[in-house]
Amino acid sequence: MSTQHSRSAAKLMIAPATFLLFVWMLVPLVMTIYYSFQRYRLLTPDRRGFIGFDNYVNFIDNPAFWSSMGNTLLLVGGVLVITIVFGILFALLLDMPMFGQGIVRILVIAPFFVMPTVSALVWKNFFMNPVNGLFAFAAKALGLQPYDFLSQAPLASIIGIVSWQWLPFATLILLTAIQSLDSEQLEAAEMDGAPALSRFFYIKLPHLSRAITVVILIQTIFLLSVFAEILVTTNGGPGTASTNLTYLVYAKSLLSFDVGAGSAGGVIAIILANIVAIFLMRAIGKNLDS
Amino acid sequence: MGRITLDKVAKRFGDVEVIPPLDLTIEEGEFVVFVGPSGCGKSTLLRLIAGLEDVSGGQIRIDGKDATLTPPAKRGLAMVFQSYALYPHMSVRKNIAFPLKMAGMDQAEQDRRIDNAAKILNLTDYIDRKPGQLSGGQRQRVAIGRAIVREPAAFLFDEPLSNLDAALRVGMRLEITELHSRLKTTMIYVTHDQVEAMTMADKIVVLRAGHIEQVGSPLELYRSPRNLFVAGFIGSPKMNLIAGAEAKKHGAATIGIRPEHINVSKTEGAWKGRVGVSEHLGSDTFFYVHDTGLVDDITVRVPGEFDLKSGDTVYLTPEADKIHRFDDKGLRFE
Ligand SMILES: Nc1ncnc2c1ncn2[C@@H]1O[C@H](COP(=O)(O)OP(=O)(O)OP(=O)(O)O)[C@@H](O)[C@H]1O
Ligand SMILES: [Mg+2]
Repeated sequence: MSTQHSRSAAKLMIAPATFLLFVWMLVPLVMTIYYSFQRYRLLTPDRRGFIGFDNYVNFIDNPAFWSSMGNTLLLVGGVLVITIVFGILFALLLDMPMFGQGIVRILVIAPFFVMPTVSALVWKNFFMNPVNGLFAFAAKALGLQPYDFLSQAPLASIIGIVSWQWLPFATLILLTAIQSLDSEQLEAAEMDGAPALSRFFYIKLPHLSRAITVVILIQTIFLLSVFAEILVTTNGGPGTASTNLTYLVYAKSLLSFDVGAGSAGGVIAIILANIVAIFLMRAIGKNLDS
Repeated sequence: MGRITLDKVAKRFGDVEVIPPLDLTIEEGEFVVFVGPSGCGKSTLLRLIAGLEDVSGGQIRIDGKDATLTPPAKRGLAMVFQSYALYPHMSVRKNIAFPLKMAGMDQAEQDRRIDNAAKILNLTDYIDRKPGQLSGGQRQRVAIGRAIVREPAAFLFDEPLSNLDAALRVGMRLEITELHSRLKTTMIYVTHDQVEAMTMADKIVVLRAGHIEQVGSPLELYRSPRNLFVAGFIGSPKMNLIAGAEAKKHGAATIGIRPEHINVSKTEGAWKGRVGVSEHLGSDTFFYVHDTGLVDDITVRVPGEFDLKSGDTVYLTPEADKIHRFDDKGLRFE
């Protein structure tokens, strides 16, 4: 792709795809922005019309909004911390030669292949259910009061469920990164007198920084829009204790039938996502260079 | 400090005995080179000494103390790896400081040693760069720098120059030799490069399949190789080894004569042959002579230029006192 000719040919050839992607992205975006300035409630569709920023004001003025912002960030942050810390530990473990390595690897990867609704339901009904769940059973066996996870610590429970789903992804990426570390570097560090813990912090962790960055960026994109897990477990409740921005948009537009407010929420979600993206790229983007 | 003794040291990987029990003493301050064909266990032996591999038997003593089970960091040895093994995310200074930091040395002493090493190795210009921004030769220097700041009892080098181009190799070879004469620290150096072995070593250890074939100074090995393997391995181009009737005349199973010990004439000589390929290096000329009735190919080295073309008839005369005689077990005898 070095000559003038091949560059312009390349541009020409990717033009249709670019155009299609652009339209694909732009049409919904423009429609969302358009609706966000409209008074458009499905229960009173005849009273449609331009109302300026009222939808935004109403959306933001709602106490549920601020709690949902907080919940969104807590959910993203919590899952990131858990998946990265445990992902690194699992990756270190799986990198060691051990008996039954192949099977253990498959077991660790498996949760990623379970669809979110199914895994959330499994957690809700098999594990966290205060009457029939395994945790309740274990608590009773120990003579303790069963804990109702989803109503007493709804957000933490959802963070747990989502972390369980994303841990394999983080583990997989970090494992491949660890395996790409030159073993002579570790041997050199060993000869230089670095004990195991120092070798981890001075050699392995810096080597992993790029992979960790990739995991953070990719997971953030998906975690900002967690929805199915909330819908099938807590429905955003109790109150708004486990409502994130995505769920709030859903509740506004499809439970309150207010398309205008829902669209305003959507636009706000886009803005939030961009703020997070800028913040992340500032903070860790330099790891991707070099 | 820096006397290393291997006592019946052996290494097995599973069932494969890579190094059969072997004895070797490396004297203090010596420059010892391990040579041998690929896969003969040179790196393994070095790693055993370093402590990066566990021995399967025998004892390693460093300065008289049993170090067989001592972890690598505690042996007081420093290693320079073939791939340099620099820490890519640290600057040159941090790389060199790493072993000192791990040893918990105070900052002033660290700085003193780093500056000293940087001066010896000419690292000062790029001391704040990352390894990724250095050339191969510069990286090699940093790796050596990281080794010398520790002031180890001995240095271990595993083919440190094999990733460098020919010119740089010659330069670094000299630098390492100079470093040795300046520091007077024991150095163990693995290579399969003839020239490196001959020029750098005080003592060469020739290995084959984990066995020590011969230990001696470069010229000892050159002048009196103990057996056919060493005779064929040391020297470039290789010694001509001739078996059969010609060897019988000298009362041996095989005789060996180095290419530089054969006189060439266009008119008369002991062996008559036909010139095959000739290689003109300017300083020397190599001829590969066929149809002598002895072996397929006799290599001859003539200083300077010599006017012979492919297909010309040539007469060769070996220098009588330079003929090596080997018995039917391949051992050399006088
Ligand atoms: N970890 C290992 N497991 C099994 N066999 C090994 C291992 N490491 C080395 N070997 C074997 O030991 C033998 C010696 O290997 P070594 O690396 O010491 O050779 P070398 O002399 O350094 O060769 P080269 O000049 O190619 O570097 C080889 O046959 C190799 O296959
Ligand atoms: Mg080797």
